[in-house]
Amino acid sequence: MDSVDLTTFNRLKETNPDVNTCIACGSCTATCTAGNFTEMSFRRLLLMLQRGKEAEAKKMIQHCMLCGKCTLVCPRGINIRKILLDITR
Amino acid sequence: MKENILIIGGGAAGIEAATQLQKMGLTPIIVEKSEKLGGHIAQWDRLFPAFHPAKDVVGQMLDNVKGVDVRLNTEVADIKRDTDGFKATLSDNATIDAKAVVLATGFDLFKAERKQEYGYGIYNNVITSLELEKFFRTGKDERIGNPKKIGFVHCVGARDVKVGNTYCSKVCCTTALKQACEMKEVFPNAEVYTFYMDLRMFGPGYEDLYLRTQKDFDVKCIRGRVCEVSEDMDGRLVIKAEDTLFGKPLKMTLDLLVLMCSMEKAKSIDKIQQQLGIANNNDGFMQIKDTYLGMNGTAKDGVFVAGTCTAPKSLPDTIAEARSVAVEVFNYINNK
Repeated sequence: MDSVDLTTFNRLKETNPDVNTCIACGSCTATCTAGNFTEMSFRRLLLMLQRGKEAEAKKMIQHCMLCGKCTLVCPRGINIRKILLDITR
Repeated sequence: MKENILIIGGGAAGIEAATQLQKMGLTPIIVEKSEKLGGHIAQWDRLFPAFHPAKDVVGQMLDNVKGVDVRLNTEVADIKRDTDGFKATLSDNATIDAKAVVLATGFDLFKAERKQEYGYGIYNNVITSLELEKFFRTGKDERIGNPKKIGFVHCVGARDVKVGNTYCSKVCCTTALKQACEMKEVFPNAEVYTFYMDLRMFGPGYEDLYLRTQKDFDVKCIRGRVCEVSEDMDGRLVIKAEDTLFGKPLKMTLDLLVLMCSMEKAKSIDKIQQQLGIANNNDGFMQIKDTYLGMNGTAKDGVFVAGTCTAPKSLPDTIAEARSVAVEVFNYINNK
């Protein structure tokens, strides 16, 4: 953790403070349309960014179809769809 | 000292507060809207963590409260502050003059149908924790049958901004594990799963219960929140969650799903609360005077609170608060 590059995560945090509020319940992954066929998991994606695995995270995002079901089920009310769009911007 | 103390609510908090106030020489009067004392706990079969029958505990409390003036099937219709304290008019038109008021009005169970994605009221085999207790008590519930695979969902209506309840309801984790063990007792060949976000075994003996759940009852605890429930062609339930520790989405077919419903502040007291000027917190529970030292006080002189009207609580927590409210009221009356 000493040499982790958090640039992307910190940039994301400025416009989306709720990236810090995930409790890793897995609702987003469970309901994900892409998650049943691919490795797509927003919960893990957030962790990847916090561990400096930006390239992996961006590769994972490619599976997302922006259906927004994850945003509907999140018990913390995280605007997941917007965050995913912001990461790729 | 023959001062009247009006206690609204005849559940665990109200009964225990009345018992102690009577011993202190004051005159508690319990006003209870239902037809009997005991509140929610009287609907329970056995209590965690020791599996004691609720009726024994409630029975003992009812013995202790003997001699107290209890008004059943009665609500406080109206309450006013006067120079001597409070004047309450009851639903049967009787009036009570009291020096102090204790709100011990408890909780409503979260209405499970509000989490529509869990299918309560839509699918036959989805039941609530309270309904399961009734099954344990009476042995009857035609929805239960002979289940081979049973699931429990934690945090239904708790820690969930989508229903407006961001708080932890405190007792559901332990209740879920207790009920999971009991299901294994009734159906030894069934597989039992619980789906949790965090297991909050905060009290004495609770972690031991968790260990027994794993060791003696072979209940499987899966860390992941159930996000969808549907029904298959055979009428069995299909649930979706993420097995977060394994890092994979999970689909499971179940014969019975039990929803661990949270506590919300009882709404029936709203009008009286307003008349007394007692506000709620953002979480909908009543505001107390101070988080650390004033858990029984309110912003209003002479109005006290105890039990689950201020936050979700276990029975021992509630009893402790009921005893401490008696001390607070006693000191208030003596220092007046």
